[in-house]
Amino acid sequence: MNIKNVTQLSIKELWSLWRDPAMLILIVYVFTVNIYTAATAVPESLHNAPIAFVDHDKSQLSNRIIDAFVPPYFLPPQLIEYSEVNEYLDTGKFTFVVTIPPNFEKLTLQGQQPDVQVNVDATRISQAFTGNGYITEIITEEVSAYLQGYKTDTTYPVQIVMRARFNPALESFWFGSVMELINAVTMIAIILSGAALIREKERGTIEHLLAMPVSDSEIMLSKIAATGLVVWAVTLMSVYGVIQGALGVPINGNVWLFMVAVALQLFAISSMGIFMATIARSMPQFGLLLILVLLPLQLLSGGTTARESMPAFIQNIMLLTPNTHFVMASQGVLYRGAGFSVIYPQLLALLAIGCVFYFVALKRFKSTIGSMA
Amino acid sequence: MSHIIECSQLTVRYKSTTAIDNIKLSIPAGVTVGIIGPDGVGKSTLLSLIAGERMMQQGSLQVLGGNMRDKKHREAICSDIAYMPQGLGKNLYPTLSVEENLQFFAKLFGHSRKQRRTRIDNLTKRTGLYPFLSRPAGKLSGGMKQKLGLCCALIHDPRLLILDEPTTGVDPLARSQFWALIRDIHTAQPNITVLVATAYMDEAQQFNHLIALNAGKILATGSPQDLLARTQTSNLESAFIALLPSEIKHHHHSVEVQPYNAAIHSETAIEAKNLTMKFGDFVAVDKVSFTIGKGEIFGFLGSNGCGKSTTMKMLTGLLPQTSGEAWLLGSPLAANDINTRYRVGYMSQSFSLYTELTVRQNLVLHAKLFKVPANKVEGRVDEMLNRFALFQHQHNLPHALPLGIRQRLSLAVAMVHKPEVLILDEPTSGVDPIARDNFWQLLITLARQDGVTIFISTHFMNEAARCDRISLMHAGKVLITDTPEAIKAQKSADTLEAAFIEYLVEAQTPSTHTNASEQGLALAASTTTQQTPSRRAKGLRRLLSYASRETLELMRDPIRLTMSFLGSMVLMVVIGYGITMDVEDLSYAVFDRDQSSISLDYRNALSGSRYFDEKPAITSYADMDKRMKSGEISLAVEIPPEFGQYVHKGEQVEIGAWIDGAMPSRAETIEGYVTGIHVKWLLQQASQMSQAQSSSSINVVSRYLYNPDIRSLVAIVPAVIPMLLLMIPALLTSLAVVREKELGSIINLYVTPVSKLEFLLGKQLPYIATSFISFLLLVAMAVWLFNVPLKGDVLALFVIALLFVTFSTSFGLLASVFTNSQIAAILLTTIGTMVPAVQFAGMITPVSALEGAGRLIGEVHPVSYFLLASRGIFSKGLGFGTLDFAVFAIAIAIPITLWLATVLLNKQER
Repeated sequence: MNIKNVTQLSIKELWSLWRDPAMLILIVYVFTVNIYTAATAVPESLHNAPIAFVDHDKSQLSNRIIDAFVPPYFLPPQLIEYSEVNEYLDTGKFTFVVTIPPNFEKLTLQGQQPDVQVNVDATRISQAFTGNGYITEIITEEVSAYLQGYKTDTTYPVQIVMRARFNPALESFWFGSVMELINAVTMIAIILSGAALIREKERGTIEHLLAMPVSDSEIMLSKIAATGLVVWAVTLMSVYGVIQGALGVPINGNVWLFMVAVALQLFAISSMGIFMATIARSMPQFGLLLILVLLPLQLLSGGTTARESMPAFIQNIMLLTPNTHFVMASQGVLYRGAGFSVIYPQLLALLAIGCVFYFVALKRFKSTIGSMA
Repeated sequence: MSHIIECSQLTVRYKSTTAIDNIKLSIPAGVTVGIIGPDGVGKSTLLSLIAGERMMQQGSLQVLGGNMRDKKHREAICSDIAYMPQGLGKNLYPTLSVEENLQFFAKLFGHSRKQRRTRIDNLTKRTGLYPFLSRPAGKLSGGMKQKLGLCCALIHDPRLLILDEPTTGVDPLARSQFWALIRDIHTAQPNITVLVATAYMDEAQQFNHLIALNAGKILATGSPQDLLARTQTSNLESAFIALLPSEIKHHHHSVEVQPYNAAIHSETAIEAKNLTMKFGDFVAVDKVSFTIGKGEIFGFLGSNGCGKSTTMKMLTGLLPQTSGEAWLLGSPLAANDINTRYRVGYMSQSFSLYTELTVRQNLVLHAKLFKVPANKVEGRVDEMLNRFALFQHQHNLPHALPLGIRQRLSLAVAMVHKPEVLILDEPTSGVDPIARDNFWQLLITLARQDGVTIFISTHFMNEAARCDRISLMHAGKVLITDTPEAIKAQKSADTLEAAFIEYLVEAQTPSTHTNASEQGLALAASTTTQQTPSRRAKGLRRLLSYASRETLELMRDPIRLTMSFLGSMVLMVVIGYGITMDVEDLSYAVFDRDQSSISLDYRNALSGSRYFDEKPAITSYADMDKRMKSGEISLAVEIPPEFGQYVHKGEQVEIGAWIDGAMPSRAETIEGYVTGIHVKWLLQQASQMSQAQSSSSINVVSRYLYNPDIRSLVAIVPAVIPMLLLMIPALLTSLAVVREKELGSIINLYVTPVSKLEFLLGKQLPYIATSFISFLLLVAMAVWLFNVPLKGDVLALFVIALLFVTFSTSFGLLASVFTNSQIAAILLTTIGTMVPAVQFAGMITPVSALEGAGRLIGEVHPVSYFLLASRGIFSKGLGFGTLDFAVFAIAIAIPITLWLATVLLNKQER
């Protein structure tokens, strides 16, 4: 191993990237515009839910209830006939249909506790649960306000005070932006290291390199170093420029500790990219492989939905991928302000996974790259 | 008809370069015409225009009595022209057998089954391919590939046969057989006009008429004898150089080789003994032995794929040999030996320098990697720039330079560390004769003045003749190693080529060599009985021909086939479990500062919930802080001291709940759960203490329809099916067309009578079938693996799915018509399908909840309708009656997409 050779080859990689404007634009786009739009586009949990009412009562109370449903949580409610309920729910026009029974107002005033029926299309799982909660709350509130002539808060003897730590207002873009950054780091690092190797393979330049007095590990390390340097730098800029700057997400933890995790993730992911490039024979095959690998990495590593809710075997398999550990470490540092003593197991796991991919890739490198050319 | 081809002022430009420049030409019927000139002078462009393959730009061109700008005329004469593009087997399908390739082309031209059989048997018997009918085209030797290409071209009785460099890279014996075949055809059918482009000047001797091209312009026309007489030269290569304008010729010096003096250099530079390389069953190099002396120029001569490059790669340490031994500069060959590499320079077959680095940067990089001392790097680079005349190009990027200069750069790079041995793998292929001669001048100086040993491979005979000694290689074996003169003498042949052919004939088994002329007239006789089926029937046959060929190719490409079935199944599992809205097994801990029976009761209410998973109790605020930071618990509940007392007295008391807000969606769900449990506990307490106060004046009764348990899978799985059936079929078809573009077989669309729609539909059919099968697999997984009940009309689901995969495959075709490379097609299709499917189709957020452009896309895109239908049929038990709108919306998108793809697809190359 010769550090000078690695340096020379890394400089070559950087030149290659610099003269590839399409790639540069893609990197900049993914780390700026994409993070910004993806973070801000995620709607709040209930947004514009389509709702309809079957009003058999047509009283002051029923009108009051219907008028209480307003955007942005709900679309303006529509009045439909009872006979239309099934059709509209079947075709998915409405997620919620509320039926107010005849003599509703009268029965309420008599204290007979009439039933309001809420039909929920439970195949729309994201709206169904939260929406139903809101609907119940709004109707109950409106009825009691009507009865008492004014709005009150029902007070229970025991209050529960909820405080969301690390993100008091539960702003979804705080979460979305950092997870998008993590996805960007993964995607760009795999493409840069893996596709760069495939491209060299297809153009025959790797063959040329292999015939020179440089070792396989020097070639691999130079690719990892160049990829790592570039992605590491844009990540840092993105953290300060986009996440903290443009989006105004407060960062609780130590950014430099996060950057250590990024560096380890880059080592693991670019080794993985090279490993994938030793499997794929051509760019299209690499492209297909990339989709098959990236999607599970992004969806199952805990950056999209909570890991606890996944089946145990998927949780365990995902522990073997670098992303899972990187997501855990990043969430710990950036949101919860965790220090080294808290996240060191994740950092060690990243290092270990990186080493495994690195050495497997190194072993395959000679046999596959050389004979394929 | 006197002239079959006439053109004037014909000009074609690609961006800034002019490929052919103001050409005027007329070619009579029934002659053989050779177009000569080095690579890149416009030969191929001219031929592709005549074949109707390329779009006309300027000038006029009449072929077979009609204007080539006229689409009707092109269609009419399509079957009269046979075109064999440049490159070994470029228009053939490598995974298909000889028979399947021929069947495909015959069907394209609308022959009946019986006609096809007679013709195929006839042609393959004549060309000696008959015994190999079942062999895949990709596994044929170069010569056989070209014969197959010729058979495919001749299958429809053309009047005009256009061959673009048919013998480049083919061994001399196969070459002479090929030309014999062409002569036979011409004798049997004298009306055929044969138009051939070639870079081998020596081949051009046999044609009736020659056209010499250079830089897009005609240098001279006439019979070979005319040209020789006019230039007073003895061979066509010198004649060509003599015809060149004087300013180019000015740089040319004919190559002179000083004889090699073996006595001075008695040492051995390279020695190989029984060197063998096997790839699986295939023996690429078979027991090759030779010895190369120091300072010698040693040549390897042979056709493409005969093992030249493999031998060289073994010597450079790129490939570890299967068996045998070799010594390089006295040390035995080992793949990991770094030290000998400092003494060897290697130049691989294709240009393999970094196109992103400038000429100078390339040289500096290599100098440093080869450990030229840091203070000498600049000097050495300057020296190389001067020596190889690259000084004025030093800051250019290599791809901006002509091939000849790039070749010099490769040599300079290989020489930058002053190696003792140079290994050059076909360094001059594709380079024009003058640049080639100049390149050889450099090599000879290196060998004779600097004493560098040069090991070079080539398929040019005249280059081989300049070597001190050569080895003739064929099918992995060295036939003979000697000086060129001695080889000629041994076979008493006039030329090296003739001698080589003798050796090849000797090496081959005589049985495979059939006499072509015996059956020469058979073809002409068989052509008389030909009935013409109706136009529509022919169109359908062509469509099916493409479909069956695509199916065969797909069956033989395991990667794509795996992708289509396994890929969608894997993604189904991943997404089915990945996009879950259920939040279960939330880890939480309680900080109980009361420790009373009431606080215990409260804790039990929490731990009894199926959503929560209790962790050991929290002991202090610091403990709580640490465990929340590490993410071990996502909820901490603090019960204050004397909680029980307060509750007992009915006084106000607060319980604290800290929720991990790092993942907001999860936090909101936790909030909901905790509130629910809390209220339930309160009501319980109230009823226990019989303080029952009517808490509400109405009841809100919620009915969760279609999915009473509110299982995420029930909602997600039927939505994943549309997403996968949009993405993967589109990805498959998008590669199907663009692959043909990259590999060159798209040419068959340009030059055969197949229409654009027939081509697209033919390609689409097999993918509709495979996608439908993968749909069935996905449904099976949904029902049996994920236990999602399928309540509705199964037939309706199948019909809608069939329509939908037809749409998504059409979309893939549209994407591939748009793009020119496979990677671009993958990117475009992924973005173009994933974004609408995931974000706008209503998988998570219903379309009605979207706003702006996303809403619009969601409203019109067929995937939204398939998603509604899929959920409707799976969970809501619907059938055709309610879903007719979805059927209609998906069905209407198919012709629109296909129409767009047809409009954007070119029937000619631009």
